Amino acid sequence: MMDRRDFIKAQAIAAAAAAGGISLPAVAQTSAVAGEDAALKWAKAPCRFCGTGCGVMVATKNNRVVATHGDMQAEVNRGLNCVKGYFLSKIMYGQDRLTRPLLRMRDGQYHKDGEFQPVSWDRAFDEMARQWKRVLTEKGPDAVGMFGSGQWTIWEGYAASKLMRGGFRTNNLDPNARHCMASAAVAFIRTFGMDEPMGCYDDFEHADAFVLWGSNMAEMHPILWTRITDRRLSHSHVKVAVLSTFEHRTFELADIPMVFVPGTDLAILNFIANHIIRTGRVNRDFVDKHCNFRLGQKDIGYGLRPEHVLEVRAANAKDPTDSKPIDFDAFAAFVSEYTVEKTAQLTGVPQERLLALAELYADPKIKVMSLWTMGFNQHVRGVWVNHMVYNIHLLTGKISEPGNSPFSLTGQPSACGTAREVGTFAHRLPADMQVANPTHRAHTEQAWKLPKDLLPGKIGYHAVLMDRMLHDGKLNAYWIQVNNNLQAAPNTENETYPGYRNPDNFIVVSDAYPTVTASAADLILPAAMWVEKEGAYGNAERRTHFWHQLVTAPGEARSDLWQIMEFSKRFTTDEVWPKAILDANPAYRGKTLFDVLFRNGTVDRFPLSDLDPGYENQESKDFGFYVQKGLFEEYADFGRGHGHDLAPFDTYHQVRGLRWPVVKGQETRWRYREGLDPFVPAGEGVKFYGNPDGKANIFAFPYEPPAETPDTDFDLWLVTGRVLEHWHSGSMTMRVPELYRAMPMAMVFMHPDDAQARGLRRGSEVKVVSRRGEIRTRVETRGRNKPPRGVIFVPWFDSARLINKCTLDATDPISKQTDFKKCAVKVVPA
Amino acid sequence: MRPFLYAALAALPFLAPALLTAQTPPLRLDSPFRPPVAFTDENPAPPVPADVTDDRRVARNYPEQPPVIPHNIRDYQITTNTNRCLTCHSRQYTEASQAPMISITHYVDREGQTLGGVSPRRYFCLQCHVPQTVARPLVPNTFTDIDSLMSRPAPGGGQP
Repeated sequence: MMDRRDFIKAQAIAAAAAAGGISLPAVAQTSAVAGEDAALKWAKAPCRFCGTGCGVMVATKNNRVVATHGDMQAEVNRGLNCVKGYFLSKIMYGQDRLTRPLLRMRDGQYHKDGEFQPVSWDRAFDEMARQWKRVLTEKGPDAVGMFGSGQWTIWEGYAASKLMRGGFRTNNLDPNARHCMASAAVAFIRTFGMDEPMGCYDDFEHADAFVLWGSNMAEMHPILWTRITDRRLSHSHVKVAVLSTFEHRTFELADIPMVFVPGTDLAILNFIANHIIRTGRVNRDFVDKHCNFRLGQKDIGYGLRPEHVLEVRAANAKDPTDSKPIDFDAFAAFVSEYTVEKTAQLTGVPQERLLALAELYADPKIKVMSLWTMGFNQHVRGVWVNHMVYNIHLLTGKISEPGNSPFSLTGQPSACGTAREVGTFAHRLPADMQVANPTHRAHTEQAWKLPKDLLPGKIGYHAVLMDRMLHDGKLNAYWIQVNNNLQAAPNTENETYPGYRNPDNFIVVSDAYPTVTASAADLILPAAMWVEKEGAYGNAERRTHFWHQLVTAPGEARSDLWQIMEFSKRFTTDEVWPKAILDANPAYRGKTLFDVLFRNGTVDRFPLSDLDPGYENQESKDFGFYVQKGLFEEYADFGRGHGHDLAPFDTYHQVRGLRWPVVKGQETRWRYREGLDPFVPAGEGVKFYGNPDGKANIFAFPYEPPAETPDTDFDLWLVTGRVLEHWHSGSMTMRVPELYRAMPMAMVFMHPDDAQARGLRRGSEVKVVSRRGEIRTRVETRGRNKPPRGVIFVPWFDSARLINKCTLDATDPISKQTDFKKCAVKVVPA
Repeated sequence: MRPFLYAALAALPFLAPALLTAQTPPLRLDSPFRPPVAFTDENPAPPVPADVTDDRRVARNYPEQPPVIPHNIRDYQITTNTNRCLTCHSRQYTEASQAPMISITHYVDREGQTLGGVSPRRYFCLQCHVPQTVARPLVPNTFTDIDSLMSRPAPGGGQP
């Protein structure tokens, strides 16, 4: 390497020569000043990573992304990105991008135990269709399934929903968002009758107090954390409370830090409700007008396999969702046992901190914003804790107004937009409708121009159940798009991997990179990613935002949307729909699924001339109509007119996103309050119009222990989670050299005394062992995460150390979301 | 040389024609981050890579990229009361520390107003600036910066 002095000398000689018009070989080959050649084409896009939904400006040149920066005009982030966002430029350029379909073959034929060989798209779809038809013939629609993602664009999720439900007639469609925020989504519906937050990010600039319930925002939602930091450091009265089972970076800003015993957040929330009631700070006017009280079902099990002893022993594992009406007094009596003394003892949190926290809610003068993510949602009582935080906001009336805001954060860029709003869950349809509701199905059949009674009413397999059914050979044709479930799912070695390699099953994985999931598949389809396609995401504050295709995908890689639509051409209605339906609706005979789902006169109604000539659009040019616009407009009609209103398609290409409901061109920042939400009639004040009676539900639930607790054999709590530098399973960020070098491996974060007690120190090689599996890694005792004694933290981004071999596949029995935060392990020298 | 390797080499001339006649060679596909082992196997963990502490600046990939941290930050405190990074990198201390001053963008608030000090929204430095270890990336990245894509230099420097 040239040293600084030599470099300066060489540059000086080159500059002098250039001034004299002489050409010399020099170090400086290109200009420091922009000329014509340095002109870049800039376009907007949302960030590819978390649910925050930051705006990014993307620069392209010669069909390559060459730079990115935070969009100054984006309301969410106003010019900032986190370290991952600043490196978006590099995520598409890992050298091992998948560029051709790969099929496991032996002797020129597909073979489950064959080696991957490149094949054409035709060959890939032929084999895939052959397998689908085999399974549909032998076992029917219940044996095919699809596992998607909160990273699907809105139209990708919508097209997948149409293909699975309307085409193959199964609701075996679930997003990996099941692992991420199903508990939040279910609790929203049960409390308010409508999904998603009533408030928005503007609450950050209005609140006087922030309470983080199991959310490490400093690492996982860094840009929202900058808004809290800004508010806290600019206004001395603002307080921040941080609750977690271990100390992490978010504690750096905490005025009220709390490390509690795993699972006891339930007790803390009931204590706060009790404190509000006992100190006479219930907003009785609000509660009387706008709330119902209900007593929830107790002892509901842990979402394990039904034969598991914990399920057999649980009194109400079969009907966990039941509840019955009670009144305020009964609720007050129910929470009265959660005294400060009892709660302090159960949680390990000092009484004065519990009281300081409770006062943030009880004091009517303090505007409080509650924030939560995986600590709440990945919880065997995840729906309960979500309800309980609404309880304390409802008891005090601190809701649906600037600064008073219970706010569920999301982990994926379109967890809200695609998984929830489009309804790619096994039980959902667009605009909060449910597959089990015949009226909702009939409405959907009409909107999709499909025969009456075509759509199945049986709720499909959820994420964890899909793995169990693959394992048991009951789900046999399975398509995974935009996710890395073999790294992300719980208890993978026993419950996920065997299903992928089960000889009865055909597993297809669409991805941009060779992930562990792709390596376990039978067919790999190369996917276009991010700005290689036109897309739309919906972030955590109900903001829908769009981007154009800016560059071409490498090789033969194609978007998930193209793959879904192209695959639908391989099936005719006669092959997949029941004879009775076709007899009653003969006009549908002999059509392909592509014809009936996508050439239905609605999806294909916008011509190619509607495309913006400044941008490429590979799918539309392939199919001959403006695919994304047609799909979006058909989908958006589901929600217009009743509180899910989306703006016209073209508007979103002009703006930095809009928060629905968008009524008369205006977005809605706070829902359910007169003057702020156009759907609340004049004179009502507040109306939770998602429920028929316009009221929100306050539920009474007790504290119940986690599914697995440390004992003498497995003596430590294992908490898994993420890190700032990597997004989820790391398939993109581990390929960015700067991010890889910043965090190259997942270590086990543990208390130095716990290490010492086992004869270990920082850097010691260890095995982390549970009853289900083990990994080998090294000990970190002085890193950013500081667990208390008895707790360890292992991140799951590292595919060389698959911590989900250790985790337990216990789920919330209501939301079916896995608890990745609580199981028992031991740490031993390797 | 070990015996099994001899055996492998001896077999090579016989294997080679078979490989050549095959239309496309089989492809082993593994996550590049896992040593080539089955999903069910566990590998020994590599040693913890050392931190980069050479204090040499690293060129940015594009002007808006936050520079990485080329020095050790172990035990640096950042709390509401103290920020160890700013005690060298904020404007008033750079003469004594000879550290690079944080970007002027860091003095601008959310509304675009320039402040007298560092903007609170920029307070937690490690959200954007990360230290590096000596770990070698396992997958090369083919990102190409703008300079490499320009066909010829513009006025103001460089060579025609």
